[in-house]
Amino acid sequence: MARLTPENVQRARDTISLYPVARSALIPLLHMAQEQDGWLSEEAMVHVAELLELTPAEVYGTASFYDMLFTEPVGRYLVSICTNIACLLEGAYELLEHAGSTLGVRPGSTTPDELFTLEEVECIADCGRAPCLAVNWRFFGDVTPDGFDRLVARLRAGELSDEVPPHGTLSRVRRTVGLPARAEGGRERR
Amino acid sequence: MTTEVAPIVTRRLAAQEPWTLQSYLSDGGYGALRKALTMPRQEVMAEVDRANLLGRGGAGFPAGRKWSMLRKAEPVYLVVNGDESEPATFKDHLLIERDPHQIVEGTLITAYAIGAAQAFIYVRGEFALGLERMIQAVEDAYGHGVIGANIFGSGFSVDLVVHPGAGAYICGDETALLESLEGKRGFPRIKPPYYPAAIGLYGAPTVVNNVETMSNIPWIVLNGGDAFAALGTETATGTRMFAVAGRVNRPGAYEVELGKNTFRDLVYDPKLGGGVRDGRELKAFVPGGASSFWFGPERLDFSLDESKVKGEGGSMMGSGSVIVLDDTTCAVRAAWRLVRFFHKESCGQCTPCREGSGWLEKIMRRIESGHGRPQDLELLMDVCDNISPGVSWPSRWPPNMTTICPLGPSIPPPVVSSLGMFRDEYLVHVKEGGCPFG
Amino acid sequence: MADLATSTVAITVDGKQVVAYPGEMVIAAAERAGVYIPRFCYHPRMRPVGMCRMCLVDIKGPRGFSLQPACFIPVAEGQEVCTTSAAVRKAQDGVLELLLVNHPLDCPVCDKGGECPLQDQTLTYGPGESRFVEEKRHWEKPIALSSLVYLDRERCIQCDRCTRFADEVAGDPLIDFVGRGDHIEVNTFPDLPFSSYFSGNTVQICPVGALTATPYRFRARPWDLEQVESTCTTCAVGCRMAVQSSTNQLTRYLGIDSDPVNHGWLCDKGRFAFEAVNGVERLSRPLVRRDGELVPASWGQALDAAAKGLRDVRALHGPDGIAVLGGARLANEDAYAWAKLAKSVLGTDSVDAQLGDGLPAEAVLGLPRATIDQACSAGAVLLMGPDLKEELPVLYLRLRAAVVDSGIPLVELVPASGGLSGYAAASLNYRPGEAAAVARALVGAGDPADEVAGVGAQALRQARRVLADAAGDVVVILGRPSVADSGESVAEAAAVLAEGVPGVRFLAALRRGNVHGALDMGLAPGVLPGRVGLDEGREWWSQAWGVIPEERGLDAAGVLTAAAEGRLHALVLLGADPASDFPDAELARHGLAGAGFVVAVDTYLNESSRQADVVLPAAGYAERPGTTTNLEGRVTRMGQKVVPPGVAWPDWMIASELALRVGGDLGFEGIEAIWDEIERYAPSHAGITRRLLTSPLARDGVVAPLSEETATHTVPGTGRPGGGPELLELAPDTGGATQPVPAPIDPMSDPGIDAAESQGISATEVVPEVTSGVAPEQEEGEQEPGPSGAERPPPLRFQGAGSPRGLPKLDGYALRLVSGHTLYDQGVGVQRSPSLAGLPPAPRLRANPYDLDRLGLTTGDSVRVRSGHASFVIEVVAHSGVPRGSAALPFNLEGQSAGELIDASGPVTDVRLETV
Ligand SMILES: Cc1cc2nc3c(=O)[nH]c(=O)nc-3n(C[C@H](O)[C@H](O)[C@H](O)COP(=O)(O)O)c2cc1C
Ligand code: SF4
Ligand code: FES
Repeated sequence: MARLTPENVQRARDTISLYPVARSALIPLLHMAQEQDGWLSEEAMVHVAELLELTPAEVYGTASFYDMLFTEPVGRYLVSICTNIACLLEGAYELLEHAGSTLGVRPGSTTPDELFTLEEVECIADCGRAPCLAVNWRFFGDVTPDGFDRLVARLRAGELSDEVPPHGTLSRVRRTVGLPARAEGGRERR
Repeated sequence: MTTEVAPIVTRRLAAQEPWTLQSYLSDGGYGALRKALTMPRQEVMAEVDRANLLGRGGAGFPAGRKWSMLRKAEPVYLVVNGDESEPATFKDHLLIERDPHQIVEGTLITAYAIGAAQAFIYVRGEFALGLERMIQAVEDAYGHGVIGANIFGSGFSVDLVVHPGAGAYICGDETALLESLEGKRGFPRIKPPYYPAAIGLYGAPTVVNNVETMSNIPWIVLNGGDAFAALGTETATGTRMFAVAGRVNRPGAYEVELGKNTFRDLVYDPKLGGGVRDGRELKAFVPGGASSFWFGPERLDFSLDESKVKGEGGSMMGSGSVIVLDDTTCAVRAAWRLVRFFHKESCGQCTPCREGSGWLEKIMRRIESGHGRPQDLELLMDVCDNISPGVSWPSRWPPNMTTICPLGPSIPPPVVSSLGMFRDEYLVHVKEGGCPFG
Repeated sequence: MADLATSTVAITVDGKQVVAYPGEMVIAAAERAGVYIPRFCYHPRMRPVGMCRMCLVDIKGPRGFSLQPACFIPVAEGQEVCTTSAAVRKAQDGVLELLLVNHPLDCPVCDKGGECPLQDQTLTYGPGESRFVEEKRHWEKPIALSSLVYLDRERCIQCDRCTRFADEVAGDPLIDFVGRGDHIEVNTFPDLPFSSYFSGNTVQICPVGALTATPYRFRARPWDLEQVESTCTTCAVGCRMAVQSSTNQLTRYLGIDSDPVNHGWLCDKGRFAFEAVNGVERLSRPLVRRDGELVPASWGQALDAAAKGLRDVRALHGPDGIAVLGGARLANEDAYAWAKLAKSVLGTDSVDAQLGDGLPAEAVLGLPRATIDQACSAGAVLLMGPDLKEELPVLYLRLRAAVVDSGIPLVELVPASGGLSGYAAASLNYRPGEAAAVARALVGAGDPADEVAGVGAQALRQARRVLADAAGDVVVILGRPSVADSGESVAEAAAVLAEGVPGVRFLAALRRGNVHGALDMGLAPGVLPGRVGLDEGREWWSQAWGVIPEERGLDAAGVLTAAAEGRLHALVLLGADPASDFPDAELARHGLAGAGFVVAVDTYLNESSRQADVVLPAAGYAERPGTTTNLEGRVTRMGQKVVPPGVAWPDWMIASELALRVGGDLGFEGIEAIWDEIERYAPSHAGITRRLLTSPLARDGVVAPLSEETATHTVPGTGRPGGGPELLELAPDTGGATQPVPAPIDPMSDPGIDAAESQGISATEVVPEVTSGVAPEQEEGEQEPGPSGAERPPPLRFQGAGSPRGLPKLDGYALRLVSGHTLYDQGVGVQRSPSLAGLPPAPRLRANPYDLDRLGLTTGDSVRVRSGHASFVIEVVAHSGVPRGSAALPFNLEGQSAGELIDASGPVTDVRLETV
């Protein structure tokens, strides 16, 4: 768990250059750090703070506001089961309970092999396929208990690695355009 | 019976890989931008004004009017709100994943109309696939020369950044969204200033519009504002997407003509909701997202017209989500789950919202699990009143707001509606020490 | 604060007509009109956030009354506000009940109990009982945010005051909200403490007992506290504060909102240094040296011994054989008494309140002056002084706010970067000893040379542009940027700027508590009380005092050199410790050893006074009344709250008794008489009567000299200039500094803000209206203001220092030393305050990465630093804020102090770094 790699520092600089004010790049940079390590380590937050000329407390304070940013390690697969109204009506709590027993963990915790973290989440806007869940924010709908077990088996077997990258990877598509010409402009602090 | 009109924003959703540039171009994509760039800015604005396109994000403010309210200052920013997180609302999600170029084109046209040289599309962080499609669309659009410097040789230049959220419903509120976009915690801003159009991103005049709002722009430019206004009724123009969820046979997002259709159409039309699941009775429905007051079956024939839903119904169409509860649904449980959502999502600034949501949630959970006391019902009402003074059943729209943002007053509606409509159910919970629905 | 000069807005509050200022918030306008709207998050010195919702009031709009937060709804013409409606009551009730939902209600064991706004407002506005039966939120009980500040998160009501303060006011966002919703906690980054110099303010403004300060935790209950209004003398900013005690022990200081000075803030050193006053090792009895040992003695024995020693030296060597060092710790009255003793009774002009780390008194006193407010609203500010964050912390806050909030451009003319560098529009980092050259380039015409004393043309051009844009409204903050060079060049630079920058004014920035008062009172060579030169004031002061010295005496460096060389034989140390404070430790030690006879007047034994022949115990801060003068020349009163330990005396009394024994009589019975004499004779203080000082309108003090306008009005019946009759009517003559205790200070109502908002006295606006009075010169038949026949001497004018010595060439292997003070140091105030004693940082030497590279060194390496005087091993830090060719080392930290290296005999000190 560490500071950003040189490659990511370059990505970070590119990202910062997209914004009129550097601090705007904070969330993208935190996603980037989370992509690197699977979660946000203190070293990474300190590094992000340096890149944006913020204090680590400001970075931590902001990161802690957002549900997707984890300042504690999580498993390779973050299984997020929606229990909000539409899914609730379609048996989401039953699914959550089933998931807990399949994985052997309570919501909010990680399996001992560090492969799965189970969490209960708010509506993920896939209500047309309730009950639904997301694994590392890749969505699966109309999930039955059996379907859940099959999904877990396939994840364990690595059969879904194309579809579901490790936790932290949000977008595998990267911005490449419009970067160099705008880099190194005088940026305001905050 | 549902009126049949050609869809506008969902027109391409069923196409083969509709998210690719190629697909978009083959459907005449970016033609509207090309056309808009030949028009004077004011004319583009006037066209949208004539369409009387009400914002599709929830507040229902006319887009054209919003644009014309911009404070005269440089620079001007455009921010597109793709944070969709309101429970059971899932229409923007579709638009982002399946037709990102349509959003991009609408955004570019709007940027031109308002004179913004920098635009942002804020996409809910959880929409990983949506983000990938959106970023790819922006990449391809730059490559195609429709974003960047001197678009189509018109002299107009604009840059576009896709900005990911990170999981916080409150960032859907426009001022919280701007804070988040500035790299801060998503705390809604105090008012005054009332509108980002005066003081928005980085203190500059800013337009914030919803993804679906943006998706309508290309069509309006191509077909004219009058054509748009010809759809629907005078107060409810055009078409709109509705996410129909809950106990229906065909949950999904459907685009229908406004004003001329009713909630009944949404729920029962075989091409739309397809009726209540298992032939059960409709018990109640939430007409406009979690923050709206509930309607009973007697309101099914309300037309899809925001002004009516608000004025006569005392509720709102809000985020464009209709949640159907059937007679197997426990009203206390449904309301509790919505309150729990607001409790979790309260940003924490305002005492009534921060503490009141948690208190309500605890009381309701207690009642639902059979540990309620008779006096809890009045207590619920009074705590609601302390969050949104004067809140009552039957409801009035808009509820009083004494908090910084409308999330606070969004907490009481599920409580007050369920209590107002299903007081007996509460009492059974209290008396029998448990949930009658098991 | 609203600009009082502009037009007004009429609103009604509860039916009452209220005049408000445009831009003002309803809550503030109502408060001025006497309607208190309850609040938690609102603080008049910070941006409103509208979070607590306690301030909801009914405001009438187009659709009738609606509840709106008074803290961020601005006033508008014709606005109707109702604070007592049923809706308002219900809202207040509701908010309080909700705030208590997750509050632990542990009031009996809470420090805030008894002065808690949450408690008080619950009583006044809240519901009788809570209907909350659920489980409360739990947090681990107090956690340390730093060694000074503890946080109990269960008590926190998320008002954002502390976090806003840290970010907005202090510029140290080291604490922040963590989490969301009702899980929000205030916290630091893990393992990065809230080590802000201003952290104590967060404790003061916390509206509940969530934040507590180590030095006060569980020390007292609020209802046992007594308090007096006073002025902090830890540094020369002179922050107004309330001094609180319980059973003759100081327990707490609270900042008072003085609009022209501190805005309610204090630095942590000033706030917590009261522990040193309480210290058990305080000097409580006189000591005399017998058989080589300091042993307790009676006052009679000790004063006799002191007097005999001084008389003997005078008899043998004349008055010039005696010198007095120090006095900046004293009250004005004390300083005046000592000046009179030294210059008139003993007859020596070798008196110096500055210990070689300041500037010539003429430069400090004799330039056109500016106040803090004037600096903070100037067209541009030029800092040629120490790192204000370290030495004058609240002035740093004021200037930082001026730059950040008001956009006042700042130019730095300093040898190495400091706390304000990040805010500067241009930084001119000059080579030590060469400030004057840069000043000349700055005011010069034509394109600047490529490089002047290490400063590049680009920076110079930028600085020139800033000064030019300021259009004749430039304030120079003038102090000693580094104590490692002689300061001659800085004095010369000041003269260059005075000459070359149109309309320039100066705000002096010497650091010691009452150094400005001491200089005003004549505790410097070549000057007499009232900011007059020895020669210009000769006639006037001879008549007032009888005798005054013939010749200009020596400054501290001169005194110590003469003593070291056997030319000076008696030293009086007035709360001075040259051995650790004078920027040339070796010379100081030789000087102390060379003086045959040393008398020390102090509150603690220190390295210097341990070598004295007679040690006289002095009353400390808050142990005696008196006045003090801040860096603006603002005279304020200090209150007495506790009695001195043992038999310690106020300094003026020591001077008076000593005078009698050396054959003189100062003629003072008490400090009232001393102030009257100061007011009567010291030209700069004419008109600043005791009555004026005790007037409520002078709660922020009075800047000396009074403005022209004021000075031309006479005090009735005296013929002397002074305040107008209305002003005087307002206050009974309570006789000097013992004044009625102000009303208890409520941290929510922001102590002193009322006084501040009722437009406290400032330099230019003392008198509301004057109906009579003529200038004293034209007055006939009235009693003459000064000694009969003498002409009032002209005020001192700084003409520029003599031409400075040439600088030695810097050899390629040496670095030129830069040094300044850190806030936390080895001084008594810090070291004798247990809560502060551990805070001084480990000394490290900063140098440019380029220079370190050359020597093969990087951050963290140890190196031997060597000057002509001494050498020691120290850790280095690469720092681009130190220009090439320089090395920066704090002056006053334990062990490796720059003081050991500095050679005061030369204009600069060069050091070499040797790898170890
Ligand atoms: C708590 C809250 C959440 C909101 N969430 C969203 C959202 O997810 N998407 C959205 O477009 N608007 C949302 N809004 C409304 C926005 O504040 C804003 O009105 C809208 O983005 C403006 O776009 P429009 O005029 O095109 O509708 C939300 C408002 C509130 C108060
Ligand atoms: S109403 Fe709730 S969500 Fe909105 S600003 Fe206040 S605390 Fe935050
Ligand atoms: S909301 Fe106005 S004082 Fe807190």
